[in-house]
Amino acid sequence: MIETDKLCKYYGDFVAIEDITFSVKKGEILGFLGPNAAGKTTTMRILTGYLPPSSGTARVAGYDVIDHSLEARRRIGYMPETVPLYTDMTVYDYLNFYGALRGIDRKRKEKRINTVMGLCHLRDYADTLIGKLSKGFRQRVGLAQAILHEPDVLILDEPTIGIDPRQVVETRQLIKSFGGEHTVVLSSHILPEVSMICERVVIINEGRIVAIDRPENLSERLRGSERIQLDVRGPAAEVASRLRQVKGVLEVSWEKADGNFRFVVDARLGRDLREELAGVIVHQGWGLLGLQGLGMTLEDIFLQLTTKEEV
Amino acid sequence: MRNVVAMAGKELRTYFASPVAYIVAAVFLLITGYFFTLGVINDQEATVRHFLTPGSFVLLLLSPALTMRLLAEEQKMGTLELLLTSPIRDWEVVAGKFMASLVILAAMLGLTIYYPILLYWFGNPDFGPIASGYLGLFLVGAAFLSAGLFTSSLTGNQVVAWVLGAGIVLLLWVIGGATQVVGGLFGEVIDYLSLPDHFRDFTLGVINTTDVVYFLSFMAVAFFLTIRSLETRRWR
Repeated sequence: MIETDKLCKYYGDFVAIEDITFSVKKGEILGFLGPNAAGKTTTMRILTGYLPPSSGTARVAGYDVIDHSLEARRRIGYMPETVPLYTDMTVYDYLNFYGALRGIDRKRKEKRINTVMGLCHLRDYADTLIGKLSKGFRQRVGLAQAILHEPDVLILDEPTIGIDPRQVVETRQLIKSFGGEHTVVLSSHILPEVSMICERVVIINEGRIVAIDRPENLSERLRGSERIQLDVRGPAAEVASRLRQVKGVLEVSWEKADGNFRFVVDARLGRDLREELAGVIVHQGWGLLGLQGLGMTLEDIFLQLTTKEEV
Repeated sequence: MRNVVAMAGKELRTYFASPVAYIVAAVFLLITGYFFTLGVINDQEATVRHFLTPGSFVLLLLSPALTMRLLAEEQKMGTLELLLTSPIRDWEVVAGKFMASLVILAAMLGLTIYYPILLYWFGNPDFGPIASGYLGLFLVGAAFLSAGLFTSSLTGNQVVAWVLGAGIVLLLWVIGGATQVVGGLFGEVIDYLSLPDHFRDFTLGVINTTDVVYFLSFMAVAFFLTIRSLETRRWR
């Protein structure tokens, strides 16, 4: 339903996103997880046709978001992060206006507006000016607008941010109920929320995809390992096989770097192997040029995400 | 077309929900009424001529006030993002908003219709100059609105939109004076651009094709620039 290929977006020298490639099947709920300013909103804005990518392509329901923008847009329901609304319109008028833009014919529009107002618990507020509604209710209006035309693809940017806990639960249930019929892409910086609603998660950090997987697999992978990087002068294959023999090492990979070799060692979590690995290298008489725990790994991001906000 | 109508309908509802349209119309009626009354009493002549030129100047100030909200507010509130990601073309957005402002302009001019009615009641005015005067006023107002809509697309700040909108048309209003010092082809261009010269004949009961073309092309250029401006906003 959604396919992107190497999406990049630059603002001058600033890299907003780079090489974002993923696809979403029909009926799937996909979560974008990442800290603030990771590139979630930029990716969504490209999918909705609001921003053009600097390079790469994106297709929604088979339509390229640039070349067949209008066709793609017809099939998307979108709720931007800040939930922009016309504050001087009533809830009904607002939905009616967007219903018209979405090309829903008069009779069905009446029915759909009624249905979505029911789903989003807005019936009592049909004639209330949006400006008078609280943040939580505005969020509901935004959501009602996004699902009004029964879009194939629903794109929700931080759908539960800034609303009270009871509404959060309701909203999550509502979003979950869209899955199966609609394809949903949502973003969040709250890990438990994403694992609760989504079938698949894209973890994005500093504009790049760090991992794509099912939430349970991700947690599995995470519990498993720790990463250490070593720069070594010596015979690569031999070094690697020696490193593998160290207890607790799961995987060793290497690449050539500046005439030496750079090894990345994945180790079981909970044991600091740095000392031991260094000992092995030195003992063999190879040159140990550098050693460090890898900076922003999946774990760190997860840690950041999980500790930042509680559900 | 359905999108244009939906867009225009939305803007009209907003106009009537806010005091802006009422206040603009009230000020317009007050000042044009003043000139109309003064002119008729002074000249003892059954004509609407006296309020047309001051009226066009009042429109110069008021039109950008009618349009300044139209796109600036959408940018400031972020609603433009949702609008531009809906299946509506950029030109439909601009056309719908322009149409809404034209309806307000027409309604405002419509409210002055009691001036000629009074004239018919008490005297025997010429129909021609009245009709051409109103046509001229509508064209000049529509041109001002199109310029105001353009400047509204440039910024998220309504005051900036008003100042730029009024500034552009004010420049065209006074630019004719430059022909006294600038000659040649450039002088001719300036002479053509000068806005009051294209309005004057309407007040005298003459409808020149060149004048009508001038105002229509003015609007076309402003319309085109507004769409471009929306597009660049998307590409920035």
